Amino acid sequence: MRKASTALAGGLLAAALAAGTLTAGAPAAHAQISDDVIRIGVMNDQSGLYADITGQGEVTAVRMAAEAMGGAIDGRKIEVIFADNQNKPDIGSNIARQWYDQEKVDLIIVGGASSVTLAVQAVAREKGRINIVSAAAASDHTNKACSPTAAHWTYDTTALANGTGKALVQEGGDSWFFLTADYAFGHALERETGEAVRAGGGKVLGSVRHPLNTPDFSSFLLQAQGSGAKIIGLANAGGDTINSIKQASEFGIVQAGQRLAGLLVFITDVHSLGLKTAQGLVITTAFYWDQNDETRAWAKSFMERMNGKAPTMVQAGSGSAALHYLRAVKAAGTDDASKVMAQMRATKINDFMTKDGWIREDGRVMRTMYLAQVKSPAESTGPFDYYKILRSIPAEEAFRSLDITECPHLKK
Amino acid sequence: MTEIFGINSFAFYGQVMLGLINGAFYAMLSLGLAVIFGLLNVINFTHGAQYMMGAFAAWMALNYLGLNYWWALILAPLVVGAFGMVIERLLLRRLYDLDHLYGLLLTFGLALVIEGIFRKQYGASGLPYAIPPALSGGQNLGFMFLPNYRGWVVVASLVVCLGTWFVIERTRLGSYLRAATENPGLVQAFGINVPRMVTLTYGFGVALAAFAGVLAAPIYQVSPLMGTNLIIVVFAVVVIGGMGSIMGAIVTGFGLGVVEGLTKVFYPEASNTVIFVVMAIVLLIRPAGLFGTAR
Amino acid sequence: MTIKRLGVAALLVLALIAPAFIYPVFLMKVLCFALFASAFNLLLGFVGLLSFGHAAFFGSAAYITAHTVKVWGWSPEIGILAGVAVAAALGAVVGSLAIRRQGIYFAMITLALAQMVYFFALQAPFTGGEDGIQGVPRRPFFGIIDITDDMTFYYVVLAIVVAGLLLIYRTVHSPFGQILKAIRENEPRAVSLGYDVDRYKLLAFVISAALVGLAGGTKTLVFQLASLTDIQWQMSGEAVLMTLIGGVGTIFGPLVGAAVVVSMQNYLAQTGEWVLVIQGIVFVVVVLAFRRGIVGELAAWSARRRKAADRTDPKATPAETARA
Repeated sequence: MRKASTALAGGLLAAALAAGTLTAGAPAAHAQISDDVIRIGVMNDQSGLYADITGQGEVTAVRMAAEAMGGAIDGRKIEVIFADNQNKPDIGSNIARQWYDQEKVDLIIVGGASSVTLAVQAVAREKGRINIVSAAAASDHTNKACSPTAAHWTYDTTALANGTGKALVQEGGDSWFFLTADYAFGHALERETGEAVRAGGGKVLGSVRHPLNTPDFSSFLLQAQGSGAKIIGLANAGGDTINSIKQASEFGIVQAGQRLAGLLVFITDVHSLGLKTAQGLVITTAFYWDQNDETRAWAKSFMERMNGKAPTMVQAGSGSAALHYLRAVKAAGTDDASKVMAQMRATKINDFMTKDGWIREDGRVMRTMYLAQVKSPAESTGPFDYYKILRSIPAEEAFRSLDITECPHLKK
Repeated sequence: MTEIFGINSFAFYGQVMLGLINGAFYAMLSLGLAVIFGLLNVINFTHGAQYMMGAFAAWMALNYLGLNYWWALILAPLVVGAFGMVIERLLLRRLYDLDHLYGLLLTFGLALVIEGIFRKQYGASGLPYAIPPALSGGQNLGFMFLPNYRGWVVVASLVVCLGTWFVIERTRLGSYLRAATENPGLVQAFGINVPRMVTLTYGFGVALAAFAGVLAAPIYQVSPLMGTNLIIVVFAVVVIGGMGSIMGAIVTGFGLGVVEGLTKVFYPEASNTVIFVVMAIVLLIRPAGLFGTAR
Repeated sequence: MTIKRLGVAALLVLALIAPAFIYPVFLMKVLCFALFASAFNLLLGFVGLLSFGHAAFFGSAAYITAHTVKVWGWSPEIGILAGVAVAAALGAVVGSLAIRRQGIYFAMITLALAQMVYFFALQAPFTGGEDGIQGVPRRPFFGIIDITDDMTFYYVVLAIVVAGLLLIYRTVHSPFGQILKAIRENEPRAVSLGYDVDRYKLLAFVISAALVGLAGGTKTLVFQLASLTDIQWQMSGEAVLMTLIGGVGTIFGPLVGAAVVVSMQNYLAQTGEWVLVIQGIVFVVVVLAFRRGIVGELAAWSARRRKAADRTDPKATPAETARA
């Protein structure tokens, strides 16, 4: 009896394998056919560490772009969907797969921890589909992990290092100790800021790595204090940065004479900390809502939908990216990935946020960055009136040169 | 600056101090768990969620009712403890006749529900809770700057832990409790309402967790995830201390906090795993834990 | 052919044609988790040991497979075997430490040891920390079967999982399996009969860990990614949930449970946190009221019907009626 059942099962197994190899040549059941809808999927952190920076704000910005295009292109409706990737690479890549394969999403704007965005970009690259990263920083997106159908839109760790890092070294902060978030973004930011510091004549005394979403920085801050460095560089973002700054204040670190360098700080973080704690912080940013009339107009519309919250640079960036994509679809007359990408590369980016920007071969959007400083409570006239722009940083100075790229499809 | 074992002494003392503070949390949390397991033989996986609820109760008291930290220290344990008693009455009680594993699974499921609801409502990142003004600022101890609040945490934990130990091991009420778990039938025959004692004991263990949550609120962000991150460590502490022993949980909690702090000085990469390594070693030498009796 | 045989055959036919209608990646996920849950059930249902640390084996196999295939360039089937080997070795270590205790203590020890493995994975450079190991290539299986196409790979995964399930089936329905059941029912008696109980338990633990490793390695190639989620203790909780829903101690229970849980997660993915709440509620409800799980309840129901039928059978002998 047992032999019969084993034989039966074995036979079925063999049949399964045979069927598998025979159908190998058959076309996939889920071929990539474009339908009559232009679908943009926004996937970011909706409920966690980076929710205020990305979250629903990015979705709103993308929706505003769709409306700016009239809600449809040549009769085909524009649809915006969103999902929460919880900053986890496995969740992000699953959603990306399903979106590209099953839901016929044409463009994924992905944000959150760089670990997720890199995973999603890998899926997009494998499938030859377009993805744009606005809300993640690791320069790897246009370096080792680059994709011919991707664009890194707003900022990256190189720009932050060349902006804030250089500025602080010039002010006299020539010894650094890093508090680094232990993943791609943190490592990249630490590495590149270290290079900028050394290039400016300073030295890096050491670093300590902390897991993402750490609630208690006391032991790391103590190590930073013990190093005696003039500047404690915070190579982290979002809630981690806010906690580091708050607890540094609790432990009297700034009073004792060391200075904190928030390498990636968003306007929502400043709002959380309050101007009293955050004043004087030097920030590199791609966008500030109060810069000129165009930004103010767009921001006003955004704030009406978002309960008065000002847009962060990544949310504005997503809006700009969606707009450029939709314009390219209109000009190219198709939503075929490579054709649209070619059109996006061929046209300069000009909108409320970007002036004369362009997409480089490695996917890097070359734009002007700005060095800003957080105002003191006395200097601010109202909510979110937080920055004063110190100077602008031209694209060639901010971003990594193509000469030293490790982008696989560019290396000869 | 003097050196201890080649490490700057300031850093050494500082990390040990921080370790003591962490140890205070471990001790408080594992105390509640040890009470519930020691007296009721129930593994309360919901413990982390109840700790989180305590912190949220403090936050809600401040933001919705305008009640400050000191009120929260009293109210949060009462409210969350009451909630715990309801759980025990409605759900846990049905499982006492079955394999203890079902209690574990039930509390595990409850933890998921509670955490899920709070995450849905408040997101996964933290909500700020300010340090009470009376405890802000700090003392410069020379080797480090000790925030007053963190010093308070150590003191409060010690008081509550030793108080609990005293009540359970040295008072008559405690002896009734211990007898009730060893031989419920006999104790019931003496006229003591055993089911009610059981419910109150569970509620007390939960209240301890909530108290730890209120203590934690100003230091760690008040977040729905704060319990899940801590709960496994606390289980390890209880296993090392001996699963039914109150003193074991207290001593091990503080001790492990210090060990973790020391590890951060000499070998920071291993600071997360050292607790489990200690557990493995203890289990090899003394399977019942340091202070436990084999069951 | 009995109902059971027909059922198995029908299930296999269904499995063969499913990818034509359902997204193959989703199906592969169900299959991998079905194997994970079945291997876990081998320990819980047939030996009576609740391990809360199986994520350690799942995750470590996932990382090993990812690393060997991506960084060392190994062929996928060898990568998976490497994952199985590491999971089995880890199982031997964890098992030998945990077997010394029983019941809840056993569960707690497995949980804590699994956390140790988690933190090791968090620190070790090769696992990539929060990033995980991404972009694991799908090289040809055995050098000849091209698995970059999801449909083809589905059949390979089906073959792997069926082989794993067959192994579990044979283990349970063998003299070895009988001894395991005896240990579960009455351990002191098994000891008194002269069996080295600890050795049998350890062997069952290692087999369970190895098969969980097989599931983990395969899953890595399906999603081309190994991350911290695979090795966190919440993943162990998923295995418990699937087995509990499906039916502890049944052969098909974990399969059903895996299908239910994965489908639920997929369906509710867009709603975020409700997944956690619903999983928790299901846990609570199952523990309180449906301890036998779906398959277990079905089996009990059909047994009751058969007994009722026998009782009213006029041709039954008094002995048969008495037994009903």
